[in-house]
Amino acid sequence: MTIEERQDQIIEDFELFDDWMDKYEYIIQLGKDLPLIDEKYKTDENLIKGCQSKVWLHADYENGKLIFTADSDAIITKGLVSMVVQVLSGHTPQEIAEANIYFINEIGLQNHLSPTRSNGLLSMLKQIKLYALAYQTQAFNPS
Amino acid sequence: MPANFIFETSAQLDIQKIRADFPLLATQVYGKPLVYLDNAATTQKPELVLRAIQDYYTQYNSNVHRGVHYLSQVATTAYEDARTKVAAFINAKHTHEVIFTRGTTDGINLVANCFGRKFLKAGDSILISAIEHHSNIVPWQMICEERGATLKVIPVNEKGELILEELDELLDDTVKLVAVTYISNTLGTINPVKEIITRAHQQDIPVLVDAAQAAPHLPLDVQELDVDFLAFSSHKMYGPTGIGALYGKEAWLNQLPPYQGGGDMIKSVSFKKTTYNELPFKFEAGTPSIAEGIAFGAAIDYLQILGIPNIQEAESQLYAYAVDALQTIDELRFIGEAKHRAASISFLVGDAHPFDVGEILDKQGIAVRTGHHCTEPIMQYFNIPGTVRASIAIYNTTEEIDKLVAGIKKAVTLLS
Repeated sequence: MTIEERQDQIIEDFELFDDWMDKYEYIIQLGKDLPLIDEKYKTDENLIKGCQSKVWLHADYENGKLIFTADSDAIITKGLVSMVVQVLSGHTPQEIAEANIYFINEIGLQNHLSPTRSNGLLSMLKQIKLYALAYQTQAFNPS
Repeated sequence: MPANFIFETSAQLDIQKIRADFPLLATQVYGKPLVYLDNAATTQKPELVLRAIQDYYTQYNSNVHRGVHYLSQVATTAYEDARTKVAAFINAKHTHEVIFTRGTTDGINLVANCFGRKFLKAGDSILISAIEHHSNIVPWQMICEERGATLKVIPVNEKGELILEELDELLDDTVKLVAVTYISNTLGTINPVKEIITRAHQQDIPVLVDAAQAAPHLPLDVQELDVDFLAFSSHKMYGPTGIGALYGKEAWLNQLPPYQGGGDMIKSVSFKKTTYNELPFKFEAGTPSIAEGIAFGAAIDYLQILGIPNIQEAESQLYAYAVDALQTIDELRFIGEAKHRAASISFLVGDAHPFDVGEILDKQGIAVRTGHHCTEPIMQYFNIPGTVRASIAIYNTTEEIDKLVAGIKKAVTLLS
């Protein structure tokens, strides 16, 4: 599935819920389903700055694609992380770097998240894009 | 012109009538009636306070202490009346012992800087407690570092009470000042400040009390406490932000050098020598927050109309009701269970992160605080990332506590 297709699917999923509580329930469920980061990667180095709750993000580079794993100590945050990982993991650095992320606005998350959470979400996206850019550079300059 | 209010104290407070004084309490969030339980952070404002701000700007806006013209005199009188109200509120011996500040933090910084520069030297120490707000830690750390002094800490037990058995030993020759909070903003612990002051004074050590959380909830009598410095903020007492008061005993304030230069704090300036103004103006550089100061006075009027003892009684009943009601939630555990508590209740729900609980409560229209509440050391002591904190004010009701309990139960279902 492309990055766009995955985003469209999430938007569609969210349209099923009228009530924000149901949306939260769904986000929490996504958090529980998130493929966990390996404990050894839960280091201060992998902590994303800008999240008031803790978020760890790790990237593996396999067969030209970036695989993200992540975790958070707060379950709603973990659900948000899960969505971002689902959308962006398993794509080439170039695809990730160039991706237009619109699903957060489309599902109205930005308006419903507390500013600290939405800032955290933006920090996470920024970090993923930075990884992609770093691997893109690496691809051009193999060491 | 600024209105004068007749003080009428009723034995029993009509909370619904009080609520009607606060326009913002009628608001809705996400289509649900607001349940505002973040009063330790800031309180909502009554009409009386809002009107005082409006009246100043529409009827007599003018700078204070300078003009000979009519408006300036009216503004100066109103502003200085507010100082008199604050002095009466805490039973200060002299009105000039009340310094207007930007708030509690500003007041503590003032003492840390002025006292520190005059009296602290290498090898000295400042004694604080383990449950202080950052604003009663960091200013002392900064001045200690500058002067080569150290910061010492009164330890706390698992209930969130200070271990006073260790106090006498801590109060050694090196201690130049004790700085403690009256009520913990995180745990709600009421510290035995009177006892701490007495014991510190036995060693001739002055005491500063951070009364930010106490001022809206308890009667404050600086003469009875015999406290040397006391700082508090208007915005936690139904007044505006950006203004607060620092009380200092005249004898201490006269010994301290001024803090910031300019404006009201001078008597005369030449390029050779500046003569400083007398108290309280010595510590009030620049144009003050005039509207806020006058409205702070109005907030004090409001508290006096309700009567602090009445407030204390009504709030302690609501606090007990809240503790009982929260106890019915099996998954909930209190952080801080001091015998004497007021205003703030901190808790955690199961394994849930406080942010998650706070966010689900928010979606139900319930405003609580989550996080470390600017008291990171006590969070480290309990080894937790933060707490959910519900903090009450005089306008809160038992129905609102019931909604909080129902909201937490919903969070438990969602998060577990």
